[in-house]
Amino acid sequence: MSQTHRLHDGGRIDRSQQIDFYFNGKLMSGYRGDTLASALLANGVMLVGRSFKYHRPRGIVTAGTEEPNALVQLERGASTISNMLATRVPLYDGLDASSVNCWPSPTYDVMAVNSLFHRILPAGFYYKTFMWPVSGWKVYEHFIRRAAGLGKSPEVPDVDTYDKMNAHADVVVVGAGPSGLAAARAAAATGARVMLVDEQTELGGQLLNERFEIDGKPAMDWVADVESELMANPDVTILKHTTAFGYYDHNFLGLIQNRSENVAFGQDDRTRQRVWRVRAKRVILATGAIERPLIYSDNDRPGCMLAGALRAYVNRYGVSPGKRHVIFTNNDDAYRSALDLKAAGCVVAAVVDVRKDPSGELVTQAIEAGIEVIDNSAITGVLGTKRVRGIEVMKLNDEADGVTGTSRTISCDTVGSSGGWNPVVHLHSHSAGKNTWRDEDGVFVPGDTLQAEACCGAANGSFSLAQALNEGDFAGIDAASHLGMTAKKRPAVPTANSDVDETPWRTIWYIPTTKPAGQRGKHYLDQQNDVTVADVQLAAREGYRSVEHAKRYTTLGMATDQGKTGNIPGHAILSAALGQTIPQTGTTTFRPPYSPVTMGALAGRAVGEFFDPIRRTPMHDWHEQAGCLWEDVGQWRRPWYYPADGESMQDAVSRECLAVRNAVGMLDATTLGKIDIQGPDAAEFLNRVYTNAWLKLAPGRCRYGLMLGEDGMVMDDGVTSCLGENHYLMTTTSGGAPRVMAWLEEWLQTEWPDLKVYLTSVTEQFATLQLAGPNARDLLSEFTTDIDLDNDAFPFMSWQDGTVGGIPARVYRISFTGELSYEINVPASCGLSLWTDVMNAGEKYGITPFGTETMHVLRAEKGFIIVGQETDGTITPIDLGMDWIVSSKKPDFIGKRSLSREDTARPDRKHLVGLRTADPEEVLPEGGQIVAETRPQPPMDMIGHVTSSYWSAALGHSIALALVKNGRGRKGDTVYVPTGDKTVACEIVEPVFYDPEGSRLNG
Amino acid sequence: MFLINCPFCGEREEKEFSYGHEAHIARPENPENLSDAEWADYLFMRKNTKGVHLERWVHTAGCRRWFNMARNTHTNEVLAVYLMGEQPPKEIRDMIDGKKKS
Amino acid sequence: MVDTYRLRSPLAHLHLDARAHEEADISGTGVVMKEIPYRGLINIRGDAADSAFVDAVQKAVKLSPPVDANTVAGKANTTRIMWLGPDEWLVITSPQGADRAMKALWKNLKTDGLHAAVTDSTQARTCIEISGPRAREVLQKGCSLDLHPSVFGPGQSAQTIVSKVAVMMTQTAAARNGDPTYELYPLRSFATYLWTWLEDASQEYGLKVG
Repeated sequence: MSQTHRLHDGGRIDRSQQIDFYFNGKLMSGYRGDTLASALLANGVMLVGRSFKYHRPRGIVTAGTEEPNALVQLERGASTISNMLATRVPLYDGLDASSVNCWPSPTYDVMAVNSLFHRILPAGFYYKTFMWPVSGWKVYEHFIRRAAGLGKSPEVPDVDTYDKMNAHADVVVVGAGPSGLAAARAAAATGARVMLVDEQTELGGQLLNERFEIDGKPAMDWVADVESELMANPDVTILKHTTAFGYYDHNFLGLIQNRSENVAFGQDDRTRQRVWRVRAKRVILATGAIERPLIYSDNDRPGCMLAGALRAYVNRYGVSPGKRHVIFTNNDDAYRSALDLKAAGCVVAAVVDVRKDPSGELVTQAIEAGIEVIDNSAITGVLGTKRVRGIEVMKLNDEADGVTGTSRTISCDTVGSSGGWNPVVHLHSHSAGKNTWRDEDGVFVPGDTLQAEACCGAANGSFSLAQALNEGDFAGIDAASHLGMTAKKRPAVPTANSDVDETPWRTIWYIPTTKPAGQRGKHYLDQQNDVTVADVQLAAREGYRSVEHAKRYTTLGMATDQGKTGNIPGHAILSAALGQTIPQTGTTTFRPPYSPVTMGALAGRAVGEFFDPIRRTPMHDWHEQAGCLWEDVGQWRRPWYYPADGESMQDAVSRECLAVRNAVGMLDATTLGKIDIQGPDAAEFLNRVYTNAWLKLAPGRCRYGLMLGEDGMVMDDGVTSCLGENHYLMTTTSGGAPRVMAWLEEWLQTEWPDLKVYLTSVTEQFATLQLAGPNARDLLSEFTTDIDLDNDAFPFMSWQDGTVGGIPARVYRISFTGELSYEINVPASCGLSLWTDVMNAGEKYGITPFGTETMHVLRAEKGFIIVGQETDGTITPIDLGMDWIVSSKKPDFIGKRSLSREDTARPDRKHLVGLRTADPEEVLPEGGQIVAETRPQPPMDMIGHVTSSYWSAALGHSIALALVKNGRGRKGDTVYVPTGDKTVACEIVEPVFYDPEGSRLNG
Repeated sequence: MFLINCPFCGEREEKEFSYGHEAHIARPENPENLSDAEWADYLFMRKNTKGVHLERWVHTAGCRRWFNMARNTHTNEVLAVYLMGEQPPKEIRDMIDGKKKS
Repeated sequence: MVDTYRLRSPLAHLHLDARAHEEADISGTGVVMKEIPYRGLINIRGDAADSAFVDAVQKAVKLSPPVDANTVAGKANTTRIMWLGPDEWLVITSPQGADRAMKALWKNLKTDGLHAAVTDSTQARTCIEISGPRAREVLQKGCSLDLHPSVFGPGQSAQTIVSKVAVMMTQTAAARNGDPTYELYPLRSFATYLWTWLEDASQEYGLKVG
C-alpha cells in the first residue's frame, strides 16, 4: 500500500528515511518522525479496531495520549505488549502491530454480532445478568473474558529489561509545551536544579501541532533555542518520551521513560524503559489541555476525530487524515484546523458551528479562505459504518435541546469535532489537589493543593499562547524564589506573535437529533468501554446519584484511557439527568497512573536473581559444591539437607540424623542472630526482657532464655552467655534477629533510657560451626590444645576462648540436638577454611554435614520448640509446658502481667503435646487438624493442629508435636487427624521422644 | 512515599523507617496492681485519628533511633518530629485541642 | 593474626583479582569497582558530650568522633571515624591497624566510670569501592539519597539502602579528574548480592574491576 494520504511537503517527518512496518500482517511504509497512527493514516488506514462491548468498527480519534480507540498489540512472542496507543508509538523499522479486540480482522469481526443485541446490552448489563445463580459466574466468565478482552498477555518471559533511577530536583516541570518551556527556562536561570519532563519524543508540546510564532520566529525555532540553552546548563535534566504517571505525597513523582524509541524491542543493550523516582522541592505542572469531543449521534464512526488532531496530523506529520473534512465546533480554535487543512491543500467541505453568527477573527479568516461556515447547526447523523461517508446537518432550536427544519447531507469522510478543551488536572488531583469549576467555559481548573506545586498555561485553564508563556515564566521564577533563588539576569518573557482574539465557546454537552438519546444512533461518551449518553441517563434513572457509583455502574472512564476525552461530557450528561449542576455532581477522583505503565517497568531490575537479596554464609560455596538443597530462612539461604546420588529427601535426612546420633555431624549455624550487650545495667536489662532470672549468671556461663511480647506470647528464644563483667552475648533465632534487635532497642530507647546498656549486632562477625554427636569431643580435640574439653573443665552451658585449628575461637557447649555438642565461633573470614579442615579430619569419626531439616528432626525428638513453628503469636510459655523457665520470683518482666489475664490463665488453652500414630510408619501432615472424635463428614470439632511431624530414624517410628486444647489433660487419649483420604488415629503422649533423661548430653 | 525528617540523620525516604505505634503510651509502673481491664487498655486500645496523630517511628535503615512524629493522617503532612521523652510542640497540641487549624 | 591463606573475603568467590588483572586498563570506562576487604571496623558507643569519652577515643585512635551527622572524620586510606548516630560511630582502620585499634579502644573506653561500648565488626562487613565518571548514576539507581555533589560530597557519609541492602556509605575525596569515589560497607552476607546488582547496573556505562 502506498502513502495515499501523505501530503507533498510539510511536517516534522524526515522524508529521506523511509521506514517499513507491518499492520495486521500487511507491509506498509512511513517516515522517521511518524507515530504508528500518523503512518497508518498516511497509508489510508483509519479503521484500526473494534470496540469492547459491541465490537463496533473504530478509527483513530486523536493524535495523543487521550486516544480511546487506536490500541494495538505490538510485536509478538516474548516482546509482545498489549494496548499500546498507536498515537504514542514512534514508528521504527520492522514494527509489527495488530488490532486488538477483533477477530479475524477489524474489517470483518465475528463478535460484531453483539451490536445487533445492543438493546439487551445496556449499562450494568453484566451486573444484572450474571449475578444469578452465583455459581454461574464461573461459566459466564470464561465466555465473557474471551469475547471482551482488550489485547493479549505475553505467554513467555519478557526479553526486555527495565530499571529505576532516583532523582532529586529543586524544580520539576512536567510538560514541555510553551508554558513548561518558559517555566523551565526561568527557573534554570536562577541556578536551580531543574528537571523538565515531557511524554513526547520532541519538546514543544502543542506547538508541535501548530503554526505559531514566538519571539518573531516560528515557534519550533524558539523551542529549539530554549532546548539548547537548557542543554548547556549542567543543572538541567531534560527527559523526553517520559510520562509523569503519578504525583504522590511530599512532592514525589513517578516518571516512566521510554529509552528504546525507534528501536525494536530486545535490540537495545540499554533497559527499554526506566522508572524515575523523583523528589522535587517544587513542582510546576504544565501538562496542557485535552480537547473534548462534541457528543453527536454515531460519533464513533471511523473518520470521526477531534478537530485539533486533524491539524496535528497535517502540521506535524504531513498527513491528510481524509479526502474531505468537516469541522464541527462550539469554539473558534477549531477554525485553526480548518485553516491549516486548507493551507495544506486539503479539502474542507464545511465548518458546522453550534453558535449563532460566530464572529471571531479565525472565523473571518475561514470565510475569507472560502470555507463554508454553517452556523447554529448540529450534526444529527453520520453516514457510513466502517468509514464516514457523510453527515446530516440540521438547525438547532432556540434552547439547543432539539433540531428544526430539514436535514442537509454533506459528503465527507472525516469529521473533526471540538467541544472546547479540558485542562489536564490529573497530576494535580493525584496529590489531593482540589479542582474548581469555571462556569464561563465549563471546565475544571486546578484549585488548592497541599503540595509545593503550581499549574500554568493550558493546564491552569489559560488557553492562549500569550497566557501560557507568561504564566510559565512566572511559575518558574516563583518556584525558584520559594527556594530563595533569584536570577542575576532574568531572561525576557517570550512574546507570542500569533495570538488572535477568540470569541466564547457555546457549551452544549449533548448534540440533539430528531429523537431522544439512544433512538437515533448512539451518542458515545466513552468509546473504549462503549458507554453512551443513553447508558448514563439510564444509570441516573435507576438511582445512581453519586458520580463514583454511576462511573462503576456504566464503566464510564474505566478503560485504559481513563475517560480523558469523555469524562467531563459524561459528568455533564449525568448532572443534567439528575437535575443538578456539574460542580454539584463533581468529578471522579483521578488516580495514578495518568497513562498505562508496564508491569516490567514497575518491577525494574528486581526480578530473578535481584528480586530479593540472598544472604550467604562464609561456607556457602562449600555447601553448594556438596550439592545441598537450600532452605530460605528470612533472607538467609541455609543448607536444608545434602542428598547423596539418587537419595530421596527422607533417606538423606535419616542418614544425617543417624550420623549425629551415632557418630558426629556438622551444621552451619552462622545465621543465628548475635547481639553484643555492654553496660553496667546489662544484667538488669536481660532480667527484664527474659522470663527467667539473669542477675547471677557468671562469666563463662550460658543460659537459655525465652522472650515474650507484652501480651505474654512467646516471641523469640536463644542462649545468652556472660562474656565478662557487664558484657553479654545474646543469640536469637535466625529469622527473628533483626526484629528482636529492633524490639530491644525500642525498650532501651523509649521505656528505659535510664538503663546504661549498649546493643550491637555481631551476627556477621563470626562463622559458627556446630559439631554434634558422640564423637564431637574426639574430633574437636584434634584441633585445639588450649581448650580443655573435659566434661568438668568445660561443662554443658559454658563457653571457652582458645584456638581451634590455629584460629582464635570461642567455643560454646550448648545443644539443640540432645547430643554432646560444641558451637565453634571463629572470625567469619576463617569459616570456610576451618569447616573444610574439620570435614577432612572428621572422616575417620564418620562426620556428616547436616542441614536444617535434620536439625528440626533431632530437636523434635527432644521436644525442643522452634519459635514460629510450635508458636504462632498466640502461645504462652505455659501453653508450651515451659513454666520452669518463667520466674515467679521476679516482680516484673515483659509479658508477665499478661500471663495472669483471664484468657491466658484459662486451663483449657492449647497445650504442646506429643503424638504417636497408631501405625508407626504413618507420618502426619504438618498443619493437620486434630479432632477428638470422627464423624462421617465435616464439620467436626477441631481441638488443635500438628505443628511438627517427622520420621524418626533413631526411634524407628514417626513423631509429631501438636498444640491441642487441654492437651495435658488428655494424655493417653486417642485423637484423630483427618488427612483428606483417610483419618489417622494417634495417642497423646509427652512431647519428648528421645533420651528424656538427657544422658547423651555429655557424650 | 513520605519524606521523613529523622531528627538525627535528616530527610530520608519512608522506606528507611518503620512505624511503631501510637506515641506517648507509657508502660504502667506496677503492672501487677492493674485490673485486667486496665492492663488491656494499655496493651490493646489505640486511637484511630483522622487528623493530627502522634506516633512513634524508628529510622531502621539509618541511625536506628526511635523518635516521635506528629502526622496528619488525612493529608499525610508531617507536622513535627521530636525526641523520645519530649512532649509535642505547643502548636501541635493546639491543633489537637482544636485551637489551631492543621 | 591468622595465616592469610585461611582468610577468604566475602567476595573472594567472584575471583575479582583475576578480573582486575585482565581488565588492567581502566581508562575510558564509566565505572570501576573493587572489593577492599579486612579493613578494621570497630563500632563504638558513648556520649559525645562526655569529654572523658571523647578524650578516650582521641587517645586510642588520635581522632575525635565527629559530632556532625553524616560525616566522617579523618582522611581516606588512614584511620577514620564515621558518624552512625547520635551515640554511635564506626572506626575504620587499615587491615593491619585493626587489632591495635581494637585493643587501644577497649583499653581506653572500658574503664571505670565511663559508660561506653566497643565492638569489633571487622569481619561483619566488607568494603566495595565504586568510582568513575558514572559511579553516581549507578548508585542513584538503587539509592534514594540525593548524591549530587552539592549535597553528598567528599567526607559525607550515610547509613542508607542501596537496592534493598542496608549499607554504610561514604564519599572519599574526589579523584583529581573530578570523578567521585564511594565506599559502601554492606554486611558480608549481602555483599555478593550488592556487588552483582551494582555490576548489572553499571553495564550500560562500561564497568571494569579495579
